[in-house]
Amino acid sequence: MSDLNLSGTTVSGLSPSGTVASGPSVPSVPGSAVKGGAGPAPGARWRRPVAALGAGVILFAIPLYADRFWLNLGAFAFAAAVGAIGLMILLGRVGQLSLAHSFFLAVGAYGYIWLASPASESTWGLGLPTLPAAVIAVVLAGLAGLAFSPLAGRLKGIYLGVASLALVFIGQHVLFTAEPLTGGYNGREVPPLTVGAFQVLGSEPGLSLFGVPLRQAERMWYTALIVLILATVFAVLVLRSRVGRAFAAIRDGEVHAAALGVRVAHYRSVAFTLSSVYAGIAGVLLALLFQRVVPEYWDLMLSLEYLAMVVIGGQASVAGAVAGAVFVSSLPLLLQRYSDLVPGMSATSDFGPAYVAQILYGTLVVAILFYEPKGLAEVARRARRALGGRAASTPR
Amino acid sequence: MTYLFSMLVEGGSIGAVYALVALGIVVVYKSSSVVNFAQPSLLMLGTYVVASAHSLHGLPFWLALSLGVAVTAALAVLIDRVLISRFRKTNAVVAASIMTIGLDIVLVTETDRRIGSQILTTGDPWGNDVTRFLGIGVAEARIAALVIGVLLLVLFQLWLHRSDFGVAMRATAEDPETASLMGIRLGRVSATAWGIAGALAVCAGLFLVAYPSPGLDTSVEAVALRALPAAIIGGLDSTAGAIAGGLLVGLSEVLVRGYAEQLAFLGRGFEDAAPYVLMLVVLLARPSGLFGHREAVRV
Repeated sequence: MSDLNLSGTTVSGLSPSGTVASGPSVPSVPGSAVKGGAGPAPGARWRRPVAALGAGVILFAIPLYADRFWLNLGAFAFAAAVGAIGLMILLGRVGQLSLAHSFFLAVGAYGYIWLASPASESTWGLGLPTLPAAVIAVVLAGLAGLAFSPLAGRLKGIYLGVASLALVFIGQHVLFTAEPLTGGYNGREVPPLTVGAFQVLGSEPGLSLFGVPLRQAERMWYTALIVLILATVFAVLVLRSRVGRAFAAIRDGEVHAAALGVRVAHYRSVAFTLSSVYAGIAGVLLALLFQRVVPEYWDLMLSLEYLAMVVIGGQASVAGAVAGAVFVSSLPLLLQRYSDLVPGMSATSDFGPAYVAQILYGTLVVAILFYEPKGLAEVARRARRALGGRAASTPR
Repeated sequence: MTYLFSMLVEGGSIGAVYALVALGIVVVYKSSSVVNFAQPSLLMLGTYVVASAHSLHGLPFWLALSLGVAVTAALAVLIDRVLISRFRKTNAVVAASIMTIGLDIVLVTETDRRIGSQILTTGDPWGNDVTRFLGIGVAEARIAALVIGVLLLVLFQLWLHRSDFGVAMRATAEDPETASLMGIRLGRVSATAWGIAGALAVCAGLFLVAYPSPGLDTSVEAVALRALPAAIIGGLDSTAGAIAGGLLVGLSEVLVRGYAEQLAFLGRGFEDAAPYVLMLVVLLARPSGLFGHREAVRV
């Protein structure tokens, strides 16, 4: 690297568009990113909000038409997407690898179970009202992430990836041995979320929308969708803020960022904590959707699935993470449902749906990193450009 | 006292095996700055080739072993040449490491499918024999693991420090750009490192599935994965560290299992988590591992 020039180029490296020049050797003219777009076409600034609104309307209308299977699929995909956004922020925006995502998902899930279940002679529980329990469980996951910050702040990149492996294995050990908390091998019931007499994920009291009764499956879809939308909006706001720029600065050049006054260790642990909060939200949602959780589920493979979601989505894009999550979490369910249609892929054969799904997304991770490291996000961007849209100048 | 001694021998021998796997990870890291998460899956695959050649196709042990080493080393070189070399120009080491995770998923899933519920044996010459050694009974396979493990580690160190290629490899680890300018072919160094890692993985896998463990089944992968904490404990860029890390992981695992009664408050089966706890403790004290070098930051 060349010498740092603190006076001119480096400061303007943080250009107003939120992108960060990759190094001090790249001269960047303030405002160039804006001019480079050559002026948006009239109406272009409305294109994104209108598209988002359209997608929202479609997503809210789907439960009126789709059956139980698809609604379940969607709810689980939305829950996974919340977790994937958290990991995306850490990996794609800060450049820190974490394989401990399943641990923080488990903290959220079991935190909720512990807080919301009444105690009995063989199980622990606080018997809190379920809504505060859910919120506190997310806070617990965040605190767990914060507790890891002595390492999350100091270790970088892949080193953190291996170190975070420890949390998965320690977590698995605790889940299997702390039977009063987790119920051991047999798992434990998850208390349903209620607000007063209203069952958020149940059927009581009866509700209907345009004549379609909103029962369990529909309510699951809506709850997960609303949480996902809030999580997405929050992520976008954070990433556009000062914090998000500090993240990007660290990712693109740690030394450079430190020279600019970004507290590298501090922001690394902030990112780690933020990602564990997202994992906590996803964990609570997943527990509520499963209604019964077993320790086996929260293993290393689950962490790798979340990593696959983020990589397939393109590592640095919120929308990409959501798309990757929808893909990875739906794949086994779809394969399960349609396995009879493919000869030799029935659940009893060697090539069962679980096998095919793992091979597929493992291969996809390799292929995407090989051919298109920016993943689905970049594919979508190209498609939009090919269709004449002007998506090229949107800040990442 | 005898009990502790037998624990130490056992831990040392299994530790030497972990050291071999960890050494593979360190060698790859030194030559290309990529953490090879696929190393456990190379171990699984190579050991599967040995075990299936022996027990399904009836090949004699040494032939099966040579076949396993050849296949795995070739696959590792292929992975480096085709997949990892692509990242060398851009120096995207995190992406390359994540790619090895994808590879790991694929290789392990396929190997697990092939193994299914079988328990395959490699037909190693040590069998189930137990020797008396200074008043304790030790499985001969464990002694062989210790002896051959130490032998391989010494040979490797000699090779790294005495041979031309070893010098080239160390130069690459020190400063790839300068090494390249001195006429060292980085691609060749990296491919060799991967090949060595693959071969080491098979040798280690052989002992991981030898007596007293019942044989190769799908649970071996979790055991092989402990080479990662071993490599991190020692320091990713230190071959001596890999050996120390392997021994520490082996000892921690065996001691925790051996004194399970005294450690009952930690819960049953804590030996599976012990290497990882050790890793966290070491990292808190020394973020680059016991023997790792702190990365010098140049501006």
